[in-house]
Amino acid sequence: MIEVKNIHKAFDGEEVLKGIDFVFERGKTNLIIGQSGSGKSVLLKCMLGLFLPDQGVIEYDGKPYTEFSEDEKKDLSKQIGMVFQGGALFDSMTVEENVLFPLRMFTKQSRSKLMTRVNEVLKRVNLDGSEKKYPSEISGGMQKRVSIARAIVNRPKYLFCDEPNSGLDPKTATVIDNLIQEITREYDITTVIITHDMNSVLEIGENIAFLKDGVLAWKGDKDQVFKTEDETVTDFIYSSNLFKKVRTAQLKGL
Amino acid sequence: MNYLHSIGEYFLMLKGVFGRMTKRSVLKDLIFKEIDDLIISSLGIVAFLSFFIGGVVAIQTALNLTNPLIPKTLVAYAARQSVILEFAPTFISIIMAGKVGSYITSSIGSMNVTEQIDALEVMGINSLNYLIFPKVIAMLTYPFVIAIAMFLGIVGAYTAAVLGGFVGPDAFIEGLQDDFDPFHLTYAFVKTFLFAFILATVPAYHGYYMKGGALEVGQASTTSFVWTSVVIIVTNYIVTQLLLS
Repeated sequence: MIEVKNIHKAFDGEEVLKGIDFVFERGKTNLIIGQSGSGKSVLLKCMLGLFLPDQGVIEYDGKPYTEFSEDEKKDLSKQIGMVFQGGALFDSMTVEENVLFPLRMFTKQSRSKLMTRVNEVLKRVNLDGSEKKYPSEISGGMQKRVSIARAIVNRPKYLFCDEPNSGLDPKTATVIDNLIQEITREYDITTVIITHDMNSVLEIGENIAFLKDGVLAWKGDKDQVFKTEDETVTDFIYSSNLFKKVRTAQLKGL
Repeated sequence: MNYLHSIGEYFLMLKGVFGRMTKRSVLKDLIFKEIDDLIISSLGIVAFLSFFIGGVVAIQTALNLTNPLIPKTLVAYAARQSVILEFAPTFISIIMAGKVGSYITSSIGSMNVTEQIDALEVMGINSLNYLIFPKVIAMLTYPFVIAIAMFLGIVGAYTAAVLGGFVGPDAFIEGLQDDFDPFHLTYAFVKTFLFAFILATVPAYHGYYMKGGALEVGQASTTSFVWTSVVIIVTNYIVTQLLLS
């Protein structure tokens, strides 16, 4: 579980996060949604330790980050898996080497044991058979799956995903969403996902934080988000024609 | 103020490069890969340039020696001094700023724009050490490249001078040995080590701290070449003042 309390963050005097409070629950897919510039990525980077909040506390399983010793911070970073928007796979390494990388950096096991784990994870994300290919030789969806495999290979406690299905066709996007949800349950981890995609909200939105202009404007789950009358949320959700039609039908009681 | 900021940022980067170390077994593989990418792959162009530059220096010197009182051995003497003191260490380093420097800036810059550096940081890896330290160590072998450049420069000078009929082989060898001061080699290799460090770190700085996309990676490579050359030239001047004057 990750709890953020009263998080403030400003850049060049401009406040991007204005006191965010939220609990990201363990074993659930926690979604941060909101328009571009609402502060989603900054909040994620604060949780990853890439930015230090100007004010407020981030607690990992009840312990504030500010109270972590250097060794504990190092351990924490080993417990974090991250799926980047573009995959962020290492171009010079094969699929197998990309997934092996975190294990190689942080464990002292023999290569054969490490490879067993790599193959197990690649099989889990349905990528067995692509081990020797380079990132440039596989599709966007496969790259995302490699990125997920790399993120979970060390058995992390926290999984962060920055728009994991951006640039993917709807079918592949759903596959990725479901994969992340299955992994969250299977590994019983705290998963935090940034997304703009309302299909993802529908599929895996178990705990949703809606940010607007650096403020937590709404929170709830996927069932509540499509029923809420809160205008800031409905403006965002029903901005696409498809969801507008769904909303009209809903209001007409169809 | 911008320059001061960049200079400060560069030294902070160096602190990070020698900070928290990457796992030794991983580092070893990275160093060998960098030696291959930075050093071995540059040998061809260095050999080619050195040979022909040596040849041109010999021809130019021979053509300008019109006074019969000046001995022909001066052709070899001039070629040796030019190649050892300046052409091999400095001129080749400027070429390397274009070849190796652009490669370093663009490879680190591409990793920057595709969030690969963020990925390293999130994993708890000191990305500065992981990316730049192996390059610095690999560049410790750079003096071997310069030694090869010196040798081939003189071979080029010999070939051009003797085959061109400007000077006989015995006179050339005699000129080559005239007034040889071994300290000139020390001077050349001292500055080569400094240039090696500059070649590894200045382009890395431009790649690591660049912002933007693919276009900016290209711009960073160009800026990196300009600044690496400037720093090499200024360092050359300072070292020459300190060691030779």
